[in-house]
Amino acid sequence: MEKIVRGYPESMRKSIELVEKTRDERLKHVMAESYPLIPLDQRIDILRKYHPDYRMEMKRPVKVGPNKGDLMPNEVADLLEAHPLVSPKDVDLSKIDYDTDILIIGSGGTGLAAALWAYYSGAKPEDILIATKLRLGDANSKMSQFGIQAADRPEDTPMTHYLDIMGAGGFVNDREMVKTMVMEAPMIIKWHEELGVMYDREPDGSMVEKIGGALCRKRLHFCKDYTGLEIMRNLMDEVQNLKIPILEFSPAVELVTDDKGQVAGAVLWNMETSEYHVVRAKSTVITTGGFGRLHIQGFATTNHYGATCDGVVLAYRVGAKLRDMDSVQYHPTGAAYPEAIVGLLCTEKLRGMGAQPVNKNGELFVNPLEPRDVEAAAIIRECYERNNGIITPTGMRGVWLDTPMIEIINGKGAIENNFPAMFRQFGRQGIDMRVDPILVFPTLHYQNGGVIINIKTETMVPGLFAAGEVTGGLHGRNRLAGNSWMELQVFGRRAGIYAAERAKKATLGKLTLDHVVKYERMLKEAGIKTDRKAPMILPDYRGEKVIAHTLRIF
Amino acid sequence: MAETKQEEKEEQKEGETVRIYIMGREYKVPAGLTIMKAMEYAGYRFIRGCGCRGGFCGACATVYRKKGDYKLRMDLACQKVVEDGMYLVQLPFTPAEKAIYNLSELQPTTNVLLEYYPEIAKCVSCNTCTKACPQDLEVMDFVQAAIRGDIEQVAKLSFDCIMCGLCAMRCPAEIVPYNVALLARRLYGRNMLPRAKHVEERIKEIEEGKFDKEIERFVKMSLEELKEEYRKREIEE
Repeated sequence: MEKIVRGYPESMRKSIELVEKTRDERLKHVMAESYPLIPLDQRIDILRKYHPDYRMEMKRPVKVGPNKGDLMPNEVADLLEAHPLVSPKDVDLSKIDYDTDILIIGSGGTGLAAALWAYYSGAKPEDILIATKLRLGDANSKMSQFGIQAADRPEDTPMTHYLDIMGAGGFVNDREMVKTMVMEAPMIIKWHEELGVMYDREPDGSMVEKIGGALCRKRLHFCKDYTGLEIMRNLMDEVQNLKIPILEFSPAVELVTDDKGQVAGAVLWNMETSEYHVVRAKSTVITTGGFGRLHIQGFATTNHYGATCDGVVLAYRVGAKLRDMDSVQYHPTGAAYPEAIVGLLCTEKLRGMGAQPVNKNGELFVNPLEPRDVEAAAIIRECYERNNGIITPTGMRGVWLDTPMIEIINGKGAIENNFPAMFRQFGRQGIDMRVDPILVFPTLHYQNGGVIINIKTETMVPGLFAAGEVTGGLHGRNRLAGNSWMELQVFGRRAGIYAAERAKKATLGKLTLDHVVKYERMLKEAGIKTDRKAPMILPDYRGEKVIAHTLRIF
Repeated sequence: MAETKQEEKEEQKEGETVRIYIMGREYKVPAGLTIMKAMEYAGYRFIRGCGCRGGFCGACATVYRKKGDYKLRMDLACQKVVEDGMYLVQLPFTPAEKAIYNLSELQPTTNVLLEYYPEIAKCVSCNTCTKACPQDLEVMDFVQAAIRGDIEQVAKLSFDCIMCGLCAMRCPAEIVPYNVALLARRLYGRNMLPRAKHVEERIKEIEEGKFDKEIERFVKMSLEELKEEYRKREIEE
């Protein structure tokens, strides 16, 4: 094995020397000035050639359901064309274990906002039920580093925020959703202040805000690089103080409908005892997040263990339509070295504060602040088309993100103060990112599309609401940094309000799982033969040898 | 002996491996894996003790020991790389108490943390909590600040806390430092940080309908007009 010097093998060190050589020259033009931006009309060219979304052989038209015929990544189509986990004959719907007004499936930033705003708008805590797959708050929301966008500075307006979102999303975004978010965003920041979220501020209390890829204003609010964690800590504490009932380790494995065709709750499954629970609810809200753990096209991911697309599968089976499910966000900068942390997020704030992506020769090859899809495509081109990537001992390719520039531009201590999580993460691996660049490659980050909703977060099926990453429309085909957290809050809040409103007047009929029978029939008619079942609930990372030698005895 | 040699040969063929002990049983896994991935490689499939897999959620806090060393060490299974001779376990759950409060009724007084978590007064300054922290936070220092009622200090020192529970598990006085710190941060954020006036002003402008017409124009705009507006944006320096 090669000798490791301060975290890197000697072969990679040679390339770092080239990065150091060009650094002074590159420091003369930083951020947006550093390299020409790709004009709007030419973005599509680089995307078509190098963005993984445009590899048509990795997709197929889904054979059943409301989006029949639409192209989806094979991994998503596999789940939509899988058998339901439960069969109606195994579940006794006459015995209701939890009878509630509002069932919230998922406990990330969206689910918790929905619970809190359902309570604020009059629902009693005991009439709300949060069911979550792992622990309370186990979600991608906690992992968000950079921030949350709100146009609240005098230099900024809701219109510029709107434009940034539309342009990055390829102008196919749901305009009403975009408008709703940019207009309600500042109010959410104020709510967070009241909850106690420790945003980074100037001494007079004004927010410190930074720029991100494809933003035209400094609009990203943050809490060092633990933004998601900090907001979640506040939301979780609030939900616990209000004693809103929570069922942990209880994923929804199927929705329940009634004989009027409304969604009327869910079948939950206790992961540890295998017991099922029937929940009857007047409003059901899906806030289960995205699909990072499907490892679409074999990509490593930044995502939480539980990001397995469950909510999309459940909603689809009761007839909710989806959009842009073939649009995947690959974050331009996932860790590419060392092996232990491959795929983990290296926050966009690094580029927002001056770090530049450079190739093995120390050359800057793209503007650091392109939209994420364009930035990712440019990095893939550099590694695989131009062969200017750095190859790691395990054969992975990546480019440098020149993090030492951050301290040169922003002063000594800028990395420890702004990036404690990143600094710690690389420090644990023996790499000092103040002194040496870090190696990055695009990593599967976000589900751009999802369940179609209106601005009241209603899906196309009565009784079923959805909000957050599980939905599509807001981001079009590419999301900007910090618009996920704002989406979670704006639409999570709305889901809580409108779910509570519906619960006041909805009446439910007889509970059924007829949609499961219908779905099985559709699978059969489409000629689908598979043993696969969905939702996936958790990925399986056991060693191949162990899986091959498993005996299921008890 | 013959068997060991055979094993060694296989090791050379397979590339570098390390020998670990999961709940006392020996497994051989590829070098360079995290504790979490090594246990999965060995055949474990997690329900408890696994969350974000990126060092942010505290679900995988774990204890390990190295062969021939009495010292118990603590870390996050998703971040710590396995080393030869590690004895590994899983810590699935920390049964810790969290106080219930209505934040809007609380003031950041000197006594408020003691009132909700009186057990902090039992701190014997042994520093075991600090040694247990996988984030390398000065846990004992912020517990001491909590006793003094220095809420700002608690908030700042504890900011990087991922609430994994290891400090609470190790504390001989049965203090739950991470929940004490959570209350302190919330009080600090809500009551002691100055509010952002520009946020308040923007909300007022929105409520007064200042942007209604203009945003509606953007919603109704043709694709070509919208693209033109997008191109015209000036990027703030």
